[in-house]
This record gives sequence, structure tokens and C-alpha cells, in this order.
Amino acid sequence: MQIYLPIADLPVNVFLVLGMGLAVGYISGMFGIGGGFLMTPLLIFIGISPAVAVATVSSHIAASSFTGAISYWRKRALDIALAMMLLSAGIVGTATGVWLFTLLRALDQLDLLIGVSYVTLLTIVGAMMIYESVRAIIRTRQGMPATLRRPGSHTWLHGLPFKLRFKRSKIYVSAIPVWAIGFVIGFVGAIMGIGGGFLLVPMLIYFLRVPTATVIGTSMVLTLVTMASATVMHAATNHLVDAVLALILMIGGVIGAQFGARTGQRMRGERLRLLLGLLVFAVGCRFAYELVVKPDDLYSLRYVMGG
Amino acid sequence: MRRLAITLAFIVMACGAGPAAAERLVVSLSNHRVAVTSNFVGEELVLFGTIEPDPTTSPLRPPYDLVVTVSGPRQTIRTRRKERMLGIWVNADSREFVGAPSYLAVLSNRPVSNIASQDTLRRLQVGLDNFLLPQRIGGDVADTVRDEPFRRAFVRLQTRQGLYRESGTAVTFLTPTVFRAAIPMPAAVPTGTYSIDVKLFTGGVLVARTSSALEVIKTGFEQYVADAARDYGLLYGMATALMALVIGWFASVIFARD
Repeated sequence: MQIYLPIADLPVNVFLVLGMGLAVGYISGMFGIGGGFLMTPLLIFIGISPAVAVATVSSHIAASSFTGAISYWRKRALDIALAMMLLSAGIVGTATGVWLFTLLRALDQLDLLIGVSYVTLLTIVGAMMIYESVRAIIRTRQGMPATLRRPGSHTWLHGLPFKLRFKRSKIYVSAIPVWAIGFVIGFVGAIMGIGGGFLLVPMLIYFLRVPTATVIGTSMVLTLVTMASATVMHAATNHLVDAVLALILMIGGVIGAQFGARTGQRMRGERLRLLLGLLVFAVGCRFAYELVVKPDDLYSLRYVMGG
Repeated sequence: MRRLAITLAFIVMACGAGPAAAERLVVSLSNHRVAVTSNFVGEELVLFGTIEPDPTTSPLRPPYDLVVTVSGPRQTIRTRRKERMLGIWVNADSREFVGAPSYLAVLSNRPVSNIASQDTLRRLQVGLDNFLLPQRIGGDVADTVRDEPFRRAFVRLQTRQGLYRESGTAVTFLTPTVFRAAIPMPAAVPTGTYSIDVKLFTGGVLVARTSSALEVIKTGFEQYVADAARDYGLLYGMATALMALVIGWFASVIFARD
């Protein structure tokens, strides 16, 4: 069944898009991530322009992270204070990201920016996750505890001023790294059309030492708000959010996420991280390949707005 | 004043009667309005027409050749070329095609290169190669030779999307004077007003010409969404974000097990 997308200006198969929503939703529910880094390339692949894809995916992620956040809220696995702190910076980051997105779109270098940021982020984060989880798996094989949590260890980050106490996460850290992380996630999210969950979770664990219990729930709240505001900002500045496409993706996404979450809860943490690491790394390599290998067609067209 | 009168006379001669106008074209389009609805997957319009003798002059002179040129709303489209920089492929050079038709179909009963001489085709802008596609080069706007790489790439990319086409078989003569032309409208057609230009040739000479128009519009829901997104961006964005929240909440209610 074909349906015409009013903003993307092309017809798509409803079941194909719904299926994509389901599949990405499943993965996102399983790993507690937004899944934008998978959805955006998929949409581009079926012919939707990168700009519309990035803008629309943000609303899709908002929907699936809201579902996730509600269920974590019910389990009280959410640190609202920390989320709010990250958010205040995240919004500024998103606004900066949307601004840069608009600027680079005018300069014809948006595809490059999206491509390069995908490659760098995904391969690095993917490789780090694989390394860390493989070590954890080896440790469990040898009969040692899977995670080496060093509660007393302090990094230079803990020496910074403006210290704040976050009760639910049981951490006492400076506002500066919290603010910086929030900004980076908001910024990256707006540019790449990703929620940044796969970045935020490791950052919170490794830099701020947030316990695993509250990290995913907190990350989901942040994702929800940054992506909801990215949707509004993209719609207001670039007029590129396709509500019909978003709706189909959301419906598939939220259903998939529910089933994915159940699978994820049955899996062991380090296995889950290894799988996610492999997935992230593979997507990164795919993008690297595209940038390095000579494209089939050196030319491309872009409609100049108001022309 | 006299010069104006002479010029006018020439224009009247060129447009109206023409040098050897023994024929008149009468055309009719199957549908003047293409509505893009939610299940729009493209459409084929049919242009019917007859060649009628002009009663005052000589009779018909078959065989005839017919070229139908359909051009969509004008747009400025940038063509970009990738180049390798520091090992990766980036958009380097670009050209802007100013006022290029967003849709262009050249339909004829046989390949246009067989219909008239290259000079005639060029002068009348018949065929994709001869259509005027001005580019902005620095501060100037000018058409280039048809083999210019950017122009070639532009036409090729538009053709691949089904927006530009040249077909030497799309026009069929049912009798020597009655013809039918199939105008394909792919799913990705831009909305707006399209002009249809019909040219009749015999023996490599243009003998009659007529024009028509059609309109591609978004209707109903599509129109509403597209308008809202353009005119009320902020509100539209908020509505979309709210929709995300409602769906997210709804899913968690449906799937909540406890």
C-alpha cells in the first residue's frame, strides 16, 4: 500500500516504513537507545532526502523514548535532577546544532557533515564498547565479577568547582562536566538526527560514574526532551518534518520497542553491550565506506529554496 | 511608431498565420488537473488532437511530425559535483540552474533529431538537448553548450528521477491527421502549473503550433499538512512533538503488564 508523504514529496510503501519502525524500535527497546543512528540511514536509503530524514526521525525518537521513560519512571529508575541538569545544556546544544544544520545546508556541505560525524562517532563508540564488553565477558569466564566498579576512584572531573549532589544516582559531581555532556548530546542529536542515547549512556557511566540502575532511564528523559525540541526547531526553521512519515514510524517504533525491551531484560548486560557495540561499529564502517569509495555518481541535485 | 507597427506585424505573422500555415491544430487534454492525494502513485495524461486544414489556403500536406513539450513550474536547482579531498568525497564545485523546469517531457512520434534540422530544433528549443537551461556562472546567467558536464549531469539526474524525459514513441498518429500523446506524470511530480506546447512539423518545417496547460495540485490532507508545515512551522512542530508524546504514552498504557 503506497502513501504519499506531503513534505518528503514522494510515495512510500506503508508496510515497509512500518516494518522499519518495528525493527528499529525492537533494537532501541532492547538496548535502551533511540535508534536514530539506524533509522536515519534507512530513510535515506529508501529515497527520502537526508534533511527530511534527520528532521523527521527526531520526532520518532521522541515517541519511543517517551514510552521507555514512562516504564523506567514506574520502576523509579530515573534521576530527574540529573536529567534536568543535562537538559538545560541539551537545549542550548540542540539550538546550536539546528543553527549549524541550517547554515551548512545552505553551503551544500550538510551531507558531508552528517557523513563524517556518523563515521567518527559510530566507529569510535562502537570500538570502545566492543573492547569493554569483550573484556567483561572474558572476566566472567574467569569467574570474576563482570564489572570493575571502583566507587572510590576519582578523576580530574571530580576536582572541578560548582559541585552538586544527585541523590537518586548517589553521585556528587561538578556541574561543568554534566553541562558539557548535555550540550554535546543536544548538539550531536540535532545534526545527526540521533537521540544520542548510545553516546550518553557510556558518557554518564564512565565520566560521571552514574550507577547502571538509573542511567538508561535518565538518558531516555534527556533523549525525549532534546528530540521533542529538535522536532519543534526543525519544523520552525527548516520546515522539513514530515508528520505523516513520523506517524508511521512512531507506531512501528513504539510497538517494536515494547517487545525489544522484554528481550533486552532477559539478556546479560555485557552480551547486550557487545551486540550493541558491533551494531554501532558496523553502521559506522558502512558510512566510512561511502565517504572513501568513489561514488557511483559524482553529481547530485539540490532544490534551492524559494527558487 | 512605424517601427513598432512593423515589429507588431512581424509578431502577428510569426505567431498567428505563420509563413505557410495551411494547418490548424486542435488539441484536448484528458484532464487539466492532476490531484496529488495520499494514494497518488503517478498518472498518465492523454492529449488528443487533430490537424485541420485552414479553409482559406491549400489542403493538408502529410506526413506530419508532432512534438509535445510539457514543462513544469520553474525552479532554481543546484547541481553539485563531488571531488576527493583528504581521502574523502565532498561536494566541491556547483552550478545553479536558474528557472529550470522542474518537469520536462519532450514527446514525439519519432526521435526529434529525425524531424527537423539541428538548427531548427535549436532555435525552437525542441528536445532535451536544445532546451534552454540557463546557469548562473559567477554573476552572469547564460546557457551553455549541451555537452557541458554540469548540464549533462543535470539532465541525466532529472531523467533518472523520471522528471525529464524525451520519447520518440509517445505520440501516435491514429490516422494521418489524428494523434494521441501520452504524458507520464511520475509520483514525484512537483506541484504547480505546467505548460504544454504542441508543435507540428512537415518536411522539417514548423507549420503550426498551439499550447495548453495543466495543473498539479496537492489536495485534501496532503495540502493541509504541506501548508501547515510551511506557514505555521512552530505550531506544526509542536503538534508533531505532541503526537509523539501521545503515541509513546498510549503504547506504554497498552503494553503495561502490571
